[in-house]
Amino acid sequence: MSKIINTEEQNIYVIVKTEGYFNKDLGELVISVVEEKVQEDKFHFILDLEQSKIVNSIGASILIEVIEILQDKDGTLSLCHMAPIIEKTFSIMGLTKYCNTFATLDEALAQ
Amino acid sequence: MSNETKPSVELRIPILKDMELVATSTADVIAKYMQLSEEESGEISMALIEATINAFEHSESQKDIFINFTISDDELTIKVIDQGKGFDSKGIQIPDIDSKLKKQERKRGWGVMLIKELMDSVDYESSNDGTTLTMTKKKKNE
Repeated sequence: MSKIINTEEQNIYVIVKTEGYFNKDLGELVISVVEEKVQEDKFHFILDLEQSKIVNSIGASILIEVIEILQDKDGTLSLCHMAPIIEKTFSIMGLTKYCNTFATLDEALAQ
Repeated sequence: MSNETKPSVELRIPILKDMELVATSTADVIAKYMQLSEEESGEISMALIEATINAFEHSESQKDIFINFTISDDELTIKVIDQGKGFDSKGIQIPDIDSKLKKQERKRGWGVMLIKELMDSVDYESSNDGTTLTMTKKKKNE
């Protein structure tokens, strides 16, 4: 089952932790959180993918929409705990050019 | 391994939500059998997800998808076969994230590009009766 297992705020960041297959459904859950938090003037997001080991391009495409939303607000999207194949997929797509990527959540929070 | 003795695995997959993961589970088992690396296994799974989703979405058919895995000493060959109306693979545009972000373009359309980047060879045969995608992953000698 694909789901968001936690959403919390630390400093300027909204941390979203996901679990399971990062598909269209999970992408839409993430973008809903982003849209909701942007309304609260939160523009910096960290997506923790430690529990999501597999992705498809539809889910990844929704992250492009997230980047587009955040670019309009001078916000940022950071990614952490990416499985190697997810990192490679996002790199091929060019997604990592528009995100900050980190090995761990602590590193993402310390950026 | 001679051609006659190449082992193969065949799957028949209904067009249902997330059923592409049935194919990746099978690919994981085959990759372990072939002693492929984690990297190779991940690349095969990702390509297979995209190939299966494309078959689901672009075949415009509700008929099942067939996936054949053929194992040889030095490579894995995967065929993803749909029974849709076919398509012209030459007509597929290479997606570019910069233009997708700047021009308010549709964000999707990455599947074929990912498959080509992740696999060693990719070939499409398409007709009015359906499309067969054949892709191979060569085993790295470590």
